Amino acid sequence: MKVYKNYEEKYKLLKSGSLSLKENVQHFLNKIDKQKHLNAFNFVFEDSLEQAAKVEKKIKSGSAGKLAGMVIAVKDVLAVKDKPLTCSSNILKNFISIYTATAVQKLIDEDAIIIGKTNCDEFAMGSSNENSAFGPVKNPHDLQRVPGGSSGGSAAAVTSGLCDAALGTDTGGSIRQPAAFCGVYGLKPTYGRVSRYGLTAYASSFDSIGPFANNIEDIALILQVISGYDKKDSTSSTLAVENYSNLLEENPPNLKIGLPKEYFGKGLDLEINLTINNVVENLRGHGFSVSEISLPMTEYAIAAYYILTTAEASSNLARYDAVKYGYRSKQKGDLSDMYINSRSEAFGHEVKRRIMLGTYVLSAGYYDAYYGKAQKVRRLFKNDFDKAFQSVDIIITPTTPTTAFKIGEQTSDPLQMYLNDIYTTSANLAGIPGLNIPVGKDKKGLPIGMQLLANQFQETKLLQLAYYLQKSFFNR
Amino acid sequence: MAVSREDVENIAKLAKLKFTEDELKNLTRDMNKILTYMDKLNELDTDNVEPLSNPISNENVLREDKLEESIPTEEALKNAPDRTDVFFRVPKVISKE
Repeated sequence: MKVYKNYEEKYKLLKSGSLSLKENVQHFLNKIDKQKHLNAFNFVFEDSLEQAAKVEKKIKSGSAGKLAGMVIAVKDVLAVKDKPLTCSSNILKNFISIYTATAVQKLIDEDAIIIGKTNCDEFAMGSSNENSAFGPVKNPHDLQRVPGGSSGGSAAAVTSGLCDAALGTDTGGSIRQPAAFCGVYGLKPTYGRVSRYGLTAYASSFDSIGPFANNIEDIALILQVISGYDKKDSTSSTLAVENYSNLLEENPPNLKIGLPKEYFGKGLDLEINLTINNVVENLRGHGFSVSEISLPMTEYAIAAYYILTTAEASSNLARYDAVKYGYRSKQKGDLSDMYINSRSEAFGHEVKRRIMLGTYVLSAGYYDAYYGKAQKVRRLFKNDFDKAFQSVDIIITPTTPTTAFKIGEQTSDPLQMYLNDIYTTSANLAGIPGLNIPVGKDKKGLPIGMQLLANQFQETKLLQLAYYLQKSFFNR
Repeated sequence: MAVSREDVENIAKLAKLKFTEDELKNLTRDMNKILTYMDKLNELDTDNVEPLSNPISNENVLREDKLEESIPTEEALKNAPDRTDVFFRVPKVISKE
Protein backbone atom coordinates (compact mmCIF):
# COMPACT_ATOMS: atom_id res chain seq x y z
CA MET A 1 0.00 0.00 0.00
CA LYS A 2 1.08 3.57 -0.69
CA VAL A 3 2.56 5.30 2.32
CA TYR A 4 1.70 8.82 3.33
CA LYS A 5 3.09 10.99 6.10
CA ASN A 6 -0.06 12.91 6.96
CA TYR A 7 -3.67 13.39 5.92
CA GLU A 8 -2.89 16.00 3.29
CA GLU A 9 -0.74 13.46 1.45
CA LYS A 10 -3.32 10.75 1.91
CA TYR A 11 -6.04 12.94 0.44
CA LYS A 12 -3.92 13.65 -2.64
CA LEU A 13 -3.39 9.92 -3.16
CA LEU A 14 -7.11 9.26 -2.71
CA LYS A 15 -8.07 12.09 -5.03
CA SER A 16 -5.68 11.01 -7.78
CA GLY A 17 -6.89 7.43 -7.50
CA SER A 18 -3.49 5.98 -6.63
CA LEU A 19 -4.82 4.90 -3.22
CA SER A 20 -8.10 3.04 -2.86
CA LEU A 21 -9.90 3.98 0.34
CA LYS A 22 -11.57 0.59 0.57
CA GLU A 23 -8.19 -1.12 0.34
CA ASN A 24 -6.79 1.32 2.86
CA VAL A 25 -9.56 0.54 5.37
CA GLN A 26 -9.20 -3.18 4.70
CA HIS A 27 -5.48 -2.84 5.34
CA PHE A 28 -6.19 -1.27 8.75
CA LEU A 29 -8.76 -3.97 9.58
CA ASN A 30 -6.23 -6.69 8.71
CA LYS A 31 -3.56 -4.98 10.77
CA ILE A 32 -5.87 -4.63 13.77
CA ASP A 33 -6.56 -8.36 13.52
CA LYS A 34 -2.86 -9.16 13.26
CA GLN A 35 -2.06 -6.99 16.28
CA LYS A 36 -4.86 -8.44 18.42
CA HIS A 37 -2.38 -9.27 21.16
CA LEU A 38 -2.00 -5.52 21.84
CA ASN A 39 -5.65 -5.51 22.98
CA ALA A 40 -5.97 -1.94 21.73
CA PHE A 41 -9.54 -2.26 20.49
CA ASN A 42 -12.69 -3.14 22.40
CA PHE A 43 -14.78 -3.13 19.21
CA VAL A 44 -13.89 -3.02 15.51
CA PHE A 45 -16.49 -1.63 13.11
CA GLU A 46 -16.80 -3.88 10.06
CA ASP A 47 -19.21 -1.37 8.49
CA SER A 48 -16.24 0.99 8.07
CA LEU A 49 -15.76 -0.68 4.66
CA GLU A 50 -19.24 0.46 3.56
CA GLN A 51 -18.42 3.94 4.83
CA ALA A 52 -15.21 3.85 2.79
CA ALA A 53 -17.17 3.08 -0.38
CA LYS A 54 -19.51 6.02 0.27
CA VAL A 55 -16.70 8.44 1.05
CA GLU A 56 -14.73 7.29 -2.01
CA LYS A 57 -17.68 8.29 -4.21
CA LYS A 58 -17.86 11.67 -2.50
CA ILE A 59 -14.15 12.26 -3.10
CA LYS A 60 -14.60 11.46 -6.79
CA SER A 61 -17.58 13.81 -7.10
CA GLY A 62 -15.78 16.58 -5.25
CA SER A 63 -18.31 16.80 -2.41
CA ALA A 64 -16.15 15.31 0.33
CA GLY A 65 -15.59 16.87 3.76
CA LYS A 66 -12.40 18.12 5.41
CA LEU A 67 -11.44 14.70 6.80
CA ALA A 68 -12.62 12.55 3.91
CA GLY A 69 -11.09 9.12 4.28
CA MET A 70 -9.17 9.75 7.49
CA VAL A 71 -9.48 6.54 9.49
CA ILE A 72 -10.08 7.31 13.16
CA ALA A 73 -10.51 5.13 16.26
CA VAL A 74 -12.41 6.53 19.25
CA LYS A 75 -11.94 5.75 22.92
CA ASP A 76 -14.69 3.57 24.31
CA VAL A 77 -16.01 6.32 26.61
CA LEU A 78 -17.46 8.24 23.64
CA ALA A 79 -20.92 7.47 22.29
CA VAL A 80 -21.42 6.33 18.69
CA LYS A 81 -25.08 5.69 17.86
CA ASP A 82 -26.08 2.01 17.60
CA LYS A 83 -22.60 0.88 18.70
CA PRO A 84 -21.52 -0.51 22.08
CA LEU A 85 -20.32 1.96 24.73
CA THR A 86 -18.73 0.13 27.65
CA CYS A 87 -16.17 2.51 29.19
CA SER A 88 -14.23 -0.78 29.60
CA SER A 89 -16.58 -1.57 32.49
CA ASN A 90 -18.68 -4.64 33.20
CA ILE A 91 -21.44 -2.32 34.36
CA LEU A 92 -21.96 -1.16 30.74
CA LYS A 93 -21.07 -4.48 29.11
CA ASN A 94 -24.21 -4.64 26.96
CA PHE A 95 -24.90 -0.94 26.56
CA ILE A 96 -25.68 0.32 23.04
CA SER A 97 -25.48 4.09 22.44
CA ILE A 98 -28.68 5.76 21.35
CA TYR A 99 -26.94 8.91 20.12
CA THR A 100 -23.51 10.04 18.93
CA ALA A 101 -21.09 12.26 20.86
CA THR A 102 -20.75 15.72 19.31
CA ALA A 103 -16.98 15.37 18.78
CA VAL A 104 -17.46 12.07 16.94
CA GLN A 105 -20.42 13.40 14.95
CA LYS A 106 -18.27 16.29 13.75
CA LEU A 107 -15.66 13.82 12.48
CA ILE A 108 -18.35 11.81 10.69
CA ASP A 109 -19.86 14.97 9.20
CA GLU A 110 -16.47 15.70 7.62
CA ASP A 111 -16.37 12.16 6.16
CA ALA A 112 -13.84 10.61 8.52
CA ILE A 113 -14.24 6.85 8.89
CA ILE A 114 -14.68 5.53 12.42
CA ILE A 115 -12.95 2.16 12.51
CA GLY A 116 -13.69 1.10 16.06
CA LYS A 117 -13.56 1.80 19.78
CA THR A 118 -10.36 1.63 21.74
CA ASN A 119 -9.63 0.03 25.08
CA CYS A 120 -9.03 2.27 28.11
CA ASP A 121 -9.01 2.23 31.89
CA GLU A 122 -12.48 1.67 33.32
CA PHE A 123 -14.37 4.98 33.17
CA ALA A 124 -11.01 6.59 32.23
CA MET A 125 -9.69 6.04 35.76
CA GLY A 126 -6.09 4.95 35.57
CA SER A 127 -2.59 5.71 34.36
CA SER A 128 -1.66 2.35 32.85
CA ASN A 129 -4.69 0.88 31.09
CA GLU A 130 -4.56 -2.03 33.53
CA ASN A 131 -8.00 -1.22 34.99
CA SER A 132 -10.04 -2.49 32.06
CA ALA A 133 -12.73 -5.17 32.02
CA PHE A 134 -11.28 -6.10 28.61
CA GLY A 135 -7.82 -6.68 30.08
CA PRO A 136 -4.69 -4.55 29.84
CA VAL A 137 -3.41 -2.95 26.62
CA LYS A 138 0.23 -3.68 25.75
CA ASN A 139 2.77 -1.09 24.75
CA PRO A 140 3.73 -1.79 21.12
CA HIS A 141 7.32 -0.66 21.85
CA ASP A 142 7.70 -3.36 24.53
CA LEU A 143 4.92 -5.86 25.12
CA GLN A 144 5.92 -6.30 28.78
CA ARG A 145 5.08 -2.66 29.43
CA VAL A 146 1.98 -0.51 29.82
CA PRO A 147 0.92 1.93 27.08
CA GLY A 148 -0.06 4.49 29.70
CA GLY A 149 -3.61 5.45 30.51
CA SER A 150 -6.33 6.00 30.53
CA SER A 151 -6.48 6.34 26.72
CA GLY A 152 -3.95 3.50 26.29
CA GLY A 153 -5.76 1.80 23.41
CA SER A 154 -5.91 5.00 21.36
CA ALA A 155 -2.18 5.68 21.82
CA ALA A 156 -1.19 2.07 21.08
CA ALA A 157 -3.40 1.99 17.96
CA VAL A 158 -1.87 5.17 16.54
CA THR A 159 1.74 4.24 17.24
CA SER A 160 1.34 0.82 15.60
CA GLY A 161 -0.49 2.15 12.56
CA LEU A 162 -3.86 0.52 13.22
CA CYS A 163 -5.60 3.77 12.20
CA ASP A 164 -4.62 7.24 10.97
CA ALA A 165 -5.58 8.98 14.21
CA ALA A 166 -7.62 8.49 17.37
CA LEU A 167 -9.70 10.39 19.89
CA GLY A 168 -8.98 10.10 23.58
CA THR A 169 -10.04 11.91 26.72
CA ASP A 170 -7.90 13.65 29.30
CA THR A 171 -9.01 14.33 32.87
CA GLY A 172 -5.57 14.38 34.50
CA GLY A 173 -3.19 13.34 31.72
CA SER A 174 -5.07 10.50 30.03
CA ILE A 175 -4.17 11.72 26.52
CA ARG A 176 -0.69 13.17 27.13
CA GLN A 177 0.74 10.38 29.31
CA PRO A 178 -0.13 7.47 26.96
CA ALA A 179 1.01 9.61 24.01
CA ALA A 180 4.37 9.98 25.80
CA PHE A 181 4.63 6.26 26.63
CA CYS A 182 3.76 5.27 23.05
CA GLY A 183 5.72 7.97 21.19
CA VAL A 184 2.91 9.86 19.44
CA TYR A 185 1.43 13.35 19.48
CA GLY A 186 -1.50 13.80 21.86
CA LEU A 187 -3.36 17.03 22.58
CA LYS A 188 -5.54 17.90 25.54
CA PRO A 189 -7.40 21.05 24.48
CA THR A 190 -8.53 23.87 26.77
CA TYR A 191 -11.44 22.83 29.00
CA GLY A 192 -14.61 23.73 27.10
CA ARG A 193 -12.95 23.93 23.66
CA VAL A 194 -14.53 20.61 22.62
CA SER A 195 -18.08 19.68 23.56
CA ARG A 196 -18.35 16.88 26.13
CA TYR A 197 -21.81 15.81 24.92
CA GLY A 198 -21.72 12.04 24.54
CA LEU A 199 -18.57 11.65 26.64
CA THR A 200 -19.28 9.44 29.64
CA ALA A 201 -18.63 11.70 32.62
CA TYR A 202 -15.76 10.97 35.01
CA ALA A 203 -14.93 14.40 36.50
CA SER A 204 -17.04 16.92 34.63
CA SER A 205 -15.04 20.07 35.41
CA PHE A 206 -11.81 18.37 34.20
CA ASP A 207 -12.78 16.09 31.27
CA SER A 208 -11.50 17.12 27.81
CA ILE A 209 -11.61 15.32 24.45
CA GLY A 210 -8.61 15.48 22.12
CA PRO A 211 -6.73 13.82 19.26
CA PHE A 212 -3.78 11.42 18.92
CA ALA A 213 -1.77 11.30 15.66
CA ASN A 214 1.68 10.56 14.29
CA ASN A 215 2.11 14.12 13.02
CA ILE A 216 1.14 17.60 14.17
CA GLU A 217 -0.69 18.59 10.98
CA ASP A 218 -3.36 15.95 11.62
CA ILE A 219 -3.65 17.03 15.26
CA ALA A 220 -4.35 20.59 14.09
CA LEU A 221 -6.87 19.44 11.50
CA ILE A 222 -8.81 17.21 13.87
CA LEU A 223 -8.82 19.84 16.61
CA GLN A 224 -10.28 22.35 14.19
CA VAL A 225 -13.08 19.96 13.27
CA ILE A 226 -14.07 18.85 16.79
CA SER A 227 -13.83 22.26 18.51
CA GLY A 228 -16.61 24.77 19.00
CA TYR A 229 -19.72 25.67 20.93
CA ASP A 230 -22.41 23.04 21.32
CA LYS A 231 -25.78 23.86 22.81
CA LYS A 232 -25.87 20.33 24.22
CA ASP A 233 -22.90 21.15 26.50
CA SER A 234 -23.40 24.38 28.43
CA THR A 235 -19.72 24.41 29.45
CA SER A 236 -18.53 24.45 25.82
CA SER A 237 -16.99 27.77 24.85
CA THR A 238 -18.55 30.24 22.42
CA LEU A 239 -15.11 31.62 21.56
CA ALA A 240 -14.42 31.40 17.79
CA VAL A 241 -12.33 28.43 16.65
CA GLU A 242 -9.09 29.46 14.98
CA ASN A 243 -7.97 28.01 11.67
CA TYR A 244 -5.25 25.91 13.27
CA SER A 245 -4.11 24.26 10.02
CA ASN A 246 -3.53 27.55 8.22
CA LEU A 247 -1.79 29.13 11.21
CA LEU A 248 0.53 26.15 11.61
CA GLU A 249 3.05 27.27 9.03
CA GLU A 250 3.33 30.85 10.20
CA ASN A 251 6.91 30.67 11.33
CA PRO A 252 9.10 30.87 13.12
CA PRO A 253 6.81 31.97 15.87
CA ASN A 254 8.40 34.49 18.15
CA LEU A 255 7.38 32.55 21.23
CA LYS A 256 8.83 33.03 24.70
CA ILE A 257 9.47 29.76 26.46
CA GLY A 258 9.47 29.06 30.19
CA LEU A 259 10.97 26.12 32.04
CA PRO A 260 9.37 25.56 35.47
CA LYS A 261 12.11 24.51 37.85
CA GLU A 262 9.66 22.37 39.88
CA TYR A 263 9.25 20.00 36.91
CA PHE A 264 12.94 19.22 36.51
CA GLY A 265 13.84 18.24 40.05
CA LYS A 266 13.83 15.07 42.13
CA GLY A 267 11.98 12.10 40.68
CA LEU A 268 12.60 12.92 37.04
CA ASP A 269 14.38 10.22 35.03
CA LEU A 270 17.83 11.39 34.00
CA GLU A 271 17.53 10.38 30.35
CA ILE A 272 14.23 12.25 30.02
CA ASN A 273 15.79 15.30 31.63
CA LEU A 274 18.78 15.23 29.25
CA THR A 275 16.65 14.67 26.15
CA ILE A 276 14.35 17.59 26.92
CA ASN A 277 17.25 19.83 27.83
CA ASN A 278 18.78 19.01 24.48
CA VAL A 279 15.60 20.12 22.66
CA VAL A 280 15.46 23.28 24.75
CA GLU A 281 19.10 24.10 23.99
CA ASN A 282 18.35 23.65 20.30
CA LEU A 283 15.47 26.08 20.57
CA ARG A 284 17.73 28.56 22.31
CA GLY A 285 20.21 28.10 19.48
CA HIS A 286 17.46 28.94 17.02
CA GLY A 287 16.89 32.25 18.76
CA PHE A 288 14.00 31.42 21.04
CA SER A 289 14.00 33.17 24.37
CA VAL A 290 14.07 30.60 27.15
CA SER A 291 13.82 31.47 30.83
CA GLU A 292 13.44 29.61 34.08
CA ILE A 293 10.08 30.17 35.76
CA SER A 294 8.44 28.91 38.93
CA LEU A 295 5.11 27.13 39.42
CA PRO A 296 5.25 26.78 43.20
CA MET A 297 1.93 24.94 43.48
CA THR A 298 3.16 21.92 41.49
CA GLU A 299 3.82 19.70 44.51
CA TYR A 300 0.17 20.02 45.56
CA ALA A 301 -1.27 18.96 42.18
CA ILE A 302 -1.85 15.28 42.91
CA ALA A 303 -3.55 15.92 46.25
CA ALA A 304 -5.88 18.62 44.87
CA TYR A 305 -6.58 16.68 41.70
CA TYR A 306 -7.52 13.41 43.39
CA ILE A 307 -9.77 15.09 45.94
CA LEU A 308 -11.73 17.01 43.31
CA THR A 309 -11.92 14.29 40.66
CA THR A 310 -12.89 11.49 43.04
CA ALA A 311 -15.60 13.78 44.45
CA GLU A 312 -16.95 14.48 40.98
CA ALA A 313 -16.62 10.81 40.04
CA SER A 314 -18.58 9.58 43.07
CA SER A 315 -21.39 11.93 42.10
CA ASN A 316 -21.27 11.11 38.36
CA LEU A 317 -21.13 7.37 38.90
CA ALA A 318 -24.18 7.41 41.18
CA ARG A 319 -26.18 7.10 37.94
CA TYR A 320 -25.21 3.43 37.60
CA ASP A 321 -28.16 2.11 39.57
CA ALA A 322 -29.14 -0.85 37.34
CA VAL A 323 -32.55 0.74 36.70
CA LYS A 324 -32.47 2.45 33.31
CA TYR A 325 -29.44 0.75 31.75
CA GLY A 326 -26.38 -1.25 32.63
CA TYR A 327 -25.69 -4.45 34.51
CA ARG A 328 -28.27 -5.71 37.01
CA SER A 329 -27.36 -8.31 39.62
CA LYS A 330 -29.17 -11.66 39.49
CA GLN A 331 -29.29 -11.80 43.31
CA LYS A 332 -32.73 -11.55 44.91
CA GLY A 333 -33.57 -8.64 47.19
CA ASP A 334 -35.28 -5.29 47.48
CA LEU A 335 -34.51 -2.12 45.53
CA SER A 336 -31.62 -1.12 47.76
CA ASP A 337 -30.09 -4.60 47.49
CA MET A 338 -30.36 -4.34 43.75
CA TYR A 339 -28.36 -1.07 43.72
CA ILE A 340 -25.70 -2.41 46.06
CA ASN A 341 -25.30 -5.84 44.47
CA SER A 342 -25.25 -4.55 40.91
CA ARG A 343 -22.68 -1.84 41.63
CA SER A 344 -20.49 -4.07 43.79
CA GLU A 345 -20.46 -6.94 41.28
CA ALA A 346 -19.80 -4.82 38.18
CA PHE A 347 -17.49 -1.94 39.10
CA GLY A 348 -13.75 -2.69 39.14
CA HIS A 349 -11.42 -2.12 42.10
CA GLU A 350 -10.04 1.28 41.09
CA VAL A 351 -13.47 2.68 40.26
CA LYS A 352 -14.79 1.54 43.64
CA ARG A 353 -11.76 3.03 45.38
CA ARG A 354 -12.37 6.41 43.73
CA ILE A 355 -16.11 6.34 44.46
CA MET A 356 -15.25 5.61 48.11
CA LEU A 357 -12.65 8.40 48.32
CA GLY A 358 -15.03 10.82 46.62
CA THR A 359 -17.91 9.91 48.89
CA TYR A 360 -15.64 10.40 51.89
CA VAL A 361 -14.35 13.85 50.89
CA LEU A 362 -17.92 14.99 50.20
CA SER A 363 -19.42 13.53 53.36
CA ALA A 364 -20.76 15.64 56.22
CA GLY A 365 -17.94 16.87 58.46
CA TYR A 366 -15.21 16.42 55.84
CA TYR A 367 -16.55 18.50 52.96
CA ASP A 368 -14.82 21.75 53.97
CA ALA A 369 -11.58 20.08 55.02
CA TYR A 370 -11.13 18.22 51.74
CA TYR A 371 -13.41 19.28 48.89
CA GLY A 372 -13.74 22.94 49.88
CA LYS A 373 -10.03 23.20 50.57
CA ALA A 374 -9.11 21.59 47.24
CA GLN A 375 -11.40 23.98 45.32
CA LYS A 376 -9.51 26.88 46.87
CA VAL A 377 -6.19 25.28 46.00
CA ARG A 378 -7.48 24.88 42.46
CA ARG A 379 -7.78 28.68 42.33
CA LEU A 380 -4.14 28.94 43.39
CA PHE A 381 -3.16 26.71 40.45
CA LYS A 382 -5.03 28.97 38.07
CA ASN A 383 -3.26 32.00 39.60
CA ASP A 384 0.11 30.26 39.26
CA PHE A 385 -0.37 29.78 35.53
CA ASP A 386 -1.92 33.22 35.00
CA LYS A 387 1.21 34.71 36.50
CA ALA A 388 3.55 32.50 34.48
CA PHE A 389 1.81 33.31 31.20
CA GLN A 390 2.33 37.02 31.80
CA SER A 391 6.00 36.50 30.99
CA VAL A 392 6.07 33.44 28.70
CA ASP A 393 3.93 32.02 25.88
CA ILE A 394 4.76 28.36 26.26
CA ILE A 395 5.83 26.25 29.20
CA ILE A 396 7.98 23.21 28.41
CA THR A 397 8.04 20.27 30.81
CA PRO A 398 8.53 16.52 30.73
CA THR A 399 5.18 14.74 30.19
CA THR A 400 6.02 11.89 32.57
CA PRO A 401 8.65 11.33 35.30
CA THR A 402 9.66 7.96 33.75
CA THR A 403 9.21 6.12 30.47
CA ALA A 404 6.67 3.27 30.26
CA PHE A 405 6.76 0.97 33.29
CA LYS A 406 6.10 -2.78 33.36
CA ILE A 407 2.64 -4.29 33.47
CA GLY A 408 1.85 -5.18 37.10
CA GLU A 409 4.74 -3.11 38.46
CA GLN A 410 2.65 -0.48 40.23
CA THR A 411 -0.78 -2.06 40.68
CA SER A 412 -0.29 -2.89 44.36
CA ASP A 413 0.17 0.74 45.44
CA PRO A 414 -2.59 3.10 44.25
CA LEU A 415 -0.85 6.22 45.61
CA GLN A 416 2.34 5.37 43.71
CA MET A 417 0.21 4.99 40.57
CA TYR A 418 -1.42 8.39 41.17
CA LEU A 419 2.01 10.04 41.46
CA ASN A 420 2.71 9.16 37.80
CA ASP A 421 0.37 12.04 36.92
CA ILE A 422 2.55 14.66 38.65
CA TYR A 423 3.35 16.65 35.48
CA THR A 424 -0.04 16.42 33.76
CA THR A 425 -2.76 17.10 36.35
CA SER A 426 -1.95 20.81 36.77
CA ALA A 427 -3.20 21.56 33.25
CA ASN A 428 -6.58 20.06 34.08
CA LEU A 429 -6.80 21.94 37.38
CA ALA A 430 -6.20 25.20 35.50
CA GLY A 431 -8.18 24.23 32.39
CA ILE A 432 -5.25 24.99 30.05
CA PRO A 433 -4.23 23.04 26.92
CA GLY A 434 -1.30 20.61 26.88
CA LEU A 435 0.41 18.75 24.07
CA ASN A 436 2.71 15.75 24.15
CA ILE A 437 5.49 15.68 21.57
CA PRO A 438 7.61 12.56 21.03
CA VAL A 439 11.22 13.76 21.37
CA GLY A 440 13.31 10.60 21.41
CA LYS A 441 13.88 7.26 23.06
CA ASP A 442 15.75 6.10 26.13
CA LYS A 443 18.44 3.38 26.16
CA LYS A 444 15.76 0.71 26.48
CA GLY A 445 14.16 1.98 23.27
CA LEU A 446 11.15 3.44 25.06
CA PRO A 447 9.65 6.73 23.82
CA ILE A 448 10.27 9.98 25.71
CA GLY A 449 7.58 12.66 25.73
CA MET A 450 7.87 16.42 26.13
CA GLN A 451 4.90 18.50 27.21
CA LEU A 452 4.02 21.96 25.92
CA LEU A 453 1.55 24.03 27.95
CA ALA A 454 -0.09 27.31 26.91
CA ASN A 455 -2.69 29.59 28.41
CA GLN A 456 -6.40 28.90 27.92
CA PHE A 457 -7.48 28.88 24.24
CA GLN A 458 -3.88 29.32 23.03
CA GLU A 459 -3.79 25.98 21.19
CA THR A 460 -2.39 27.75 18.12
CA LYS A 461 0.85 28.52 19.96
CA LEU A 462 1.29 24.89 21.01
CA LEU A 463 0.71 23.68 17.46
CA GLN A 464 3.03 26.28 15.92
CA LEU A 465 5.94 25.41 18.19
CA ALA A 466 5.30 21.68 17.75
CA TYR A 467 5.25 22.11 13.97
CA TYR A 468 8.47 24.09 14.09
CA LEU A 469 10.10 21.35 16.18
CA GLN A 470 8.79 18.61 13.93
CA LYS A 471 10.27 20.27 10.86
CA SER A 472 13.50 21.74 12.25
CA PHE A 473 14.71 19.06 14.64
CA PHE A 474 12.94 15.83 13.96
CA ASN A 475 12.84 15.97 10.13
CA ARG A 476 9.38 14.55 10.07
CA MET B 1 -5.36 6.39 61.36
CA ALA B 2 -7.54 9.04 59.78
CA VAL B 3 -10.20 6.56 58.69
CA SER B 4 -11.33 3.56 60.69
CA ARG B 5 -12.77 0.37 59.32
CA GLU B 6 -16.17 1.48 60.63
CA ASP B 7 -15.83 4.77 58.73
CA VAL B 8 -15.13 2.81 55.55
CA GLU B 9 -18.20 0.66 56.13
CA ASN B 10 -20.34 3.76 56.60
CA ILE B 11 -18.95 5.38 53.47
CA ALA B 12 -19.70 2.16 51.57
CA LYS B 13 -23.33 2.40 52.68
CA LEU B 14 -23.55 5.96 51.37
CA ALA B 15 -21.92 4.92 48.08
CA LYS B 16 -24.20 1.86 47.69
CA LEU B 17 -21.27 -0.53 47.64
CA LYS B 18 -20.38 -3.57 49.71
CA PHE B 19 -17.05 -5.22 50.31
CA THR B 20 -15.66 -8.51 51.57
CA GLU B 21 -13.60 -8.61 54.77
CA ASP B 22 -10.35 -8.62 52.79
CA GLU B 23 -11.47 -5.77 50.58
CA LEU B 24 -12.46 -3.69 53.62
CA LYS B 25 -9.05 -4.24 55.16
CA ASN B 26 -7.21 -3.21 52.00
CA LEU B 27 -9.50 -0.28 51.34
CA THR B 28 -9.02 1.06 54.88
CA ARG B 29 -5.25 0.84 54.41
CA ASP B 30 -5.31 2.46 50.95
CA MET B 31 -7.74 5.23 51.90
CA ASN B 32 -5.66 6.11 54.94
CA LYS B 33 -2.52 6.30 52.88
CA ILE B 34 -4.15 8.45 50.19
CA LEU B 35 -6.03 10.73 52.61
CA THR B 36 -2.88 11.26 54.66
CA TYR B 37 -1.14 12.31 51.47
CA MET B 38 -4.01 14.67 50.69
CA ASP B 39 -3.54 16.38 54.05
CA LYS B 40 -0.58 18.00 52.36
CA LEU B 41 -2.97 20.73 51.22
CA ASN B 42 -3.17 21.94 54.83
CA GLU B 43 0.33 23.38 54.41
CA LEU B 44 -1.31 26.06 52.24
CA ASP B 45 -3.00 29.16 53.59
CA THR B 46 -6.26 29.51 51.67
CA ASP B 47 -8.12 31.84 54.06
CA ASN B 48 -8.79 34.58 51.55
CA VAL B 49 -8.97 32.43 48.43
CA GLU B 50 -12.16 32.08 46.41
CA PRO B 51 -12.94 28.45 45.50
CA LEU B 52 -12.73 27.57 41.80
CA SER B 53 -15.35 25.13 40.57
CA ASN B 54 -14.94 25.57 36.82
CA PRO B 55 -11.62 26.55 35.24
CA ILE B 56 -13.22 28.67 32.50
CA SER B 57 -15.04 31.74 33.77
CA ASN B 58 -18.38 30.98 32.24
CA GLU B 59 -21.52 32.97 32.85
CA ASN B 60 -24.66 31.08 33.70
CA VAL B 61 -25.98 29.53 30.48
CA LEU B 62 -29.70 29.75 29.83
CA ARG B 63 -31.83 28.87 26.83
CA GLU B 64 -35.29 29.80 25.63
CA ASP B 65 -38.01 27.75 27.27
CA LYS B 66 -39.04 26.17 23.98
CA LEU B 67 -40.31 22.65 23.47
CA GLU B 68 -37.79 20.51 21.62
CA GLU B 69 -37.82 16.94 20.46
CA SER B 70 -36.24 14.48 22.84
CA ILE B 71 -35.31 10.81 22.77
CA PRO B 72 -38.36 8.64 21.88
CA THR B 73 -39.64 6.34 24.65
CA GLU B 74 -38.72 3.11 22.85
CA GLU B 75 -35.15 4.33 22.32
CA ALA B 76 -34.85 5.37 25.96
CA LEU B 77 -36.00 1.91 27.07
CA LYS B 78 -33.66 0.07 24.73
CA ASN B 79 -30.94 -0.53 27.33
CA ALA B 80 -33.27 -1.26 30.25
CA PRO B 81 -32.28 -4.36 32.25
CA ASP B 82 -35.98 -4.99 32.87
CA ARG B 83 -39.14 -3.30 31.66
CA THR B 84 -42.89 -3.62 31.50
CA ASP B 85 -44.96 -1.73 28.94
CA VAL B 86 -43.33 1.73 28.77
CA PHE B 87 -41.82 1.53 32.27
CA PHE B 88 -38.52 0.50 33.84
CA ARG B 89 -39.24 -2.40 36.16
CA VAL B 90 -37.50 -2.70 39.55
CA PRO B 91 -37.93 -4.93 42.61
CA LYS B 92 -40.85 -4.11 44.89
CA VAL B 93 -40.22 -1.02 47.01
CA ILE B 94 -43.25 -1.02 49.34
CA SER B 95 -44.02 -4.00 51.55
CA LYS B 96 -47.40 -4.85 53.14
CA GLU B 97 -46.37 -4.35 56.76
